[in-house]
Amino acid sequence: MNNEEPPIFTYSQPGKIGANLPAAGVETTPLPSELLRQDDLAGFPELTEPEVIRHFTRISQRNYSIDTGFYPLGSCTMKYNPKLHEEAARLPGFAAAHPLQDEELSQGALQLMYELQSYLGEISGFDAVSLQPAAGAQGELTGILVFRAYHHDRGDTQRTEVLVPDSAHGTNPATAAMVGLKVIELKSDARGNVDLDDLKAKLSPRTAGMMLTNPNTLGLFEEHIVEICRLVHEAGGLMYGDGANFNAILGIAKPGELGFDFMHYNLHKTFTTPHGGGGPGSGAVGCTAALAPYLPGPRVRRRDDGTYEFFTPEKSIGRMKAFHGNFGMLVRAWTYIRSMGAAGLRAVSETAVLNANYVRVMLKDIYPQAIDRICMHEVVLRGLIAGAPKDVRTLDIAKRLIDYGFHPPTIYFPLIVPEALMIEPTETESKQTLDRFIATMRQIAGEAVETPDVLHAAPTKAPVRRLDEVRAARQPILRYDAEAISRLQTAS
Amino acid sequence: MTHYIPITDADRQEMLKAIGVERIEDLFVDVPASHRFPPLDLPPPLSEPELMAELNRLSELNAHARRYSIFLGAGAYNHFVPAAVDQILRRGEFYTAYTPYQPEISQGTLQAIFEYQSLICALTGMEIANASHYDGATALAESAIMALNVVRNRRKIVVARSVNPQYRAVLRTYLQGLDVEIVGDETPGSSLADALALVDDQTALLIVQNPDFLGRLHDLRGLGAQVQARGALLAVHFDPIALGLFQTPAEAGADIATGEGQPLGLGLAFGGPYLGIFTTRQKYVHKIAGRIVGVTKDVDGRMAYVLTLRAREQDIRRERATSNICTNQGLMALASAVYLSLMGKRGMRMVAEVTYQRAHYAAKRINALPGYRVLADQPFFREFVVQCPRPVAEINAALRAQHIIGGYDLSADEPQLGNAMLLAVTEMNTPAEIDRLVDALAAL
Repeated sequence: MNNEEPPIFTYSQPGKIGANLPAAGVETTPLPSELLRQDDLAGFPELTEPEVIRHFTRISQRNYSIDTGFYPLGSCTMKYNPKLHEEAARLPGFAAAHPLQDEELSQGALQLMYELQSYLGEISGFDAVSLQPAAGAQGELTGILVFRAYHHDRGDTQRTEVLVPDSAHGTNPATAAMVGLKVIELKSDARGNVDLDDLKAKLSPRTAGMMLTNPNTLGLFEEHIVEICRLVHEAGGLMYGDGANFNAILGIAKPGELGFDFMHYNLHKTFTTPHGGGGPGSGAVGCTAALAPYLPGPRVRRRDDGTYEFFTPEKSIGRMKAFHGNFGMLVRAWTYIRSMGAAGLRAVSETAVLNANYVRVMLKDIYPQAIDRICMHEVVLRGLIAGAPKDVRTLDIAKRLIDYGFHPPTIYFPLIVPEALMIEPTETESKQTLDRFIATMRQIAGEAVETPDVLHAAPTKAPVRRLDEVRAARQPILRYDAEAISRLQTAS
Repeated sequence: MTHYIPITDADRQEMLKAIGVERIEDLFVDVPASHRFPPLDLPPPLSEPELMAELNRLSELNAHARRYSIFLGAGAYNHFVPAAVDQILRRGEFYTAYTPYQPEISQGTLQAIFEYQSLICALTGMEIANASHYDGATALAESAIMALNVVRNRRKIVVARSVNPQYRAVLRTYLQGLDVEIVGDETPGSSLADALALVDDQTALLIVQNPDFLGRLHDLRGLGAQVQARGALLAVHFDPIALGLFQTPAEAGADIATGEGQPLGLGLAFGGPYLGIFTTRQKYVHKIAGRIVGVTKDVDGRMAYVLTLRAREQDIRRERATSNICTNQGLMALASAVYLSLMGKRGMRMVAEVTYQRAHYAAKRINALPGYRVLADQPFFREFVVQCPRPVAEINAALRAQHIIGGYDLSADEPQLGNAMLLAVTEMNTPAEIDRLVDALAAL
């Protein structure tokens, strides 16, 4: 993992090529000389295939991944990505089909999409599903655009506010702003729930809706969820469910039955499509029958003769992206649901919650729990170790975990918990792994008291040590530039 | 217990005891009792061999490039994908990693994105690139949002008719809450000059595509200066394969250039996951949406990569962020970086040239058929419009019987062209395959 690997550009030698391409093999037509680029692809590297493969293989080894270790990153659901799914998505009828080929030539893909729509609707208690959004944030954008369209369709154009709890993911307020709506922040109460009095005070005829993650980002199930939905509905607003934490409640509760009107699924979390180092994801969305006419198209429906077709709902907000969504992710999610079944999915959530609570009880005497309650699939602890110097911070604990071979939990989130350590073990970890992690966390707490400098210096066993992030932002080098990199290397 | 859940019954008992509850159900007391443990009506689970058989069955219900000759494009192209690309994508170290928020153990992903950004800059001639958007359509829509933030107090976007109709639809979806006027694409057949004429002192951005949706290549030199003289920005949506030979968005003077990265080693994949490429000028770096990787040093002075200029992003800035984007298309950016590295300077030229030559060979042969006419009043790259003697749907149905997927039916988007088909030819269409298409058309 410590192999240093120079930028690919440094290997370049004129005349090399890494691909074996066909010749045109036809009578040639002159190129329109006035339209040709003038720079002859300056700056492009020239390498052979073995050099390219070795380069990218070497840099891959400088990455931490689920396949190589425990990845308890809260709110991200870093669970095992089954290998069968990778084969499934690469079958030629999925990987080499054109998105615009006739529906008659795409019946397998359409059937899979139709079935996935049905499964996701069933698991969440919603009437309609659109698979188009490419990621959770795009699902949120879809939902808030649908809320807006629904209100406007009823002639109600005064609803310009979206309520968002102070514990929410940043995508929630950013989404509301992208739709031109005003964000009203809601306080959390002492038990980590939405503060009902604050909610009541902020609901008004201007309320377009509320965005809520449940379980919330404290890893806690909203104890007043039914009441919250009722209050928002009474005020004429709609309930948006951020499905980032859906891994906790498969077969445990259905958001549609709790009172949510709309939610996005992160197929790349709950339904274990790989995160890919930052994407692609899939942010499929589900909603009630009342909102279904506004969903983005195309969706898939079954014709009377049992074949499948695309359709766009009558009052659709429009397309969210080109074509039909991140289809390769849909194949993986379909495969997951069909391989788990109803009992398997419930076992997923039960075990995810079991694992998180086990970590919670084994660590909370040293790392205080933000809100002392039974948690769901993740637990929020605090990096406040009794007897450790004040300058030992959560960041230091996180970096020291790297030296012991673990990926750190999510840190400093949710923003309302100072020194937050948000741990999501997922259901795909063994008790042995959890016990090793727990023992390591306890050992680090001891080091924090006795040898705090070890924590400040961490990590020392990773490919690089702590970075000068200020320099990266103040003197940005955002593309390969041999001179700029050489100046960087000689600067003090 | 399933084969993905490594907790045994004995483990569970021990863990429940440590937690201090009797049964696993006791962990869910916060869920309202009336809504707890709803039944899920799902098909019974299948074993891996059963599942693979069902997946194969569904897969083979679809036409695909191994059984059909594909002459359909319209935003997704059947270009060659070297085997080496997928071998890198299959590395668990890459595809089972998260967003590189812990840079010390994410140098692989970070270096790959940095090299992607660098390769895209070299390809487009633009100064900076971000780490990707969902696809070409959303990259283009984000260009409008960025322009509205750069050019203050202007609320008009002009988009040329010749921009991909799906992209124009996405642009309208994205901007519907922002009190913005979108004009320029209402009239079928309207030209770039028509769009340029609409750029006025209320306009924030002009969006054009080159080669355009109908495959035509435009000489855009000087366009940026004309648009900027009116106080607006220019966005050019480019085709990354065409850039192996043809004018770059930088040569057009573009302020923003977006592209669909699908042809760069991603395959067709029934429409996704694809890759939204976004590039702009260095001076707009604080206005750009999404993730960006930069270079710095660690405490020992070693060169290292890191996500940078993060104060634009939703997790830091919340409602004041430049966009809500979080998850992007990272693995697809890696695929295109591997593709561009394999191709290199010579390969990119060759792919573009073989594509151009075979497309022109096909166009010449089809134009010689009685009843068919190729619209070639302007240079084109890999796609061209064919006016046909019969409705395109009928022609495509006949081609299908010969395992040929014909072109895109333009009758809904551009009715003024009559029975018009948009045909795409790439380096994957052999001369023999093109001859077979021509013979099939002649026989109709």
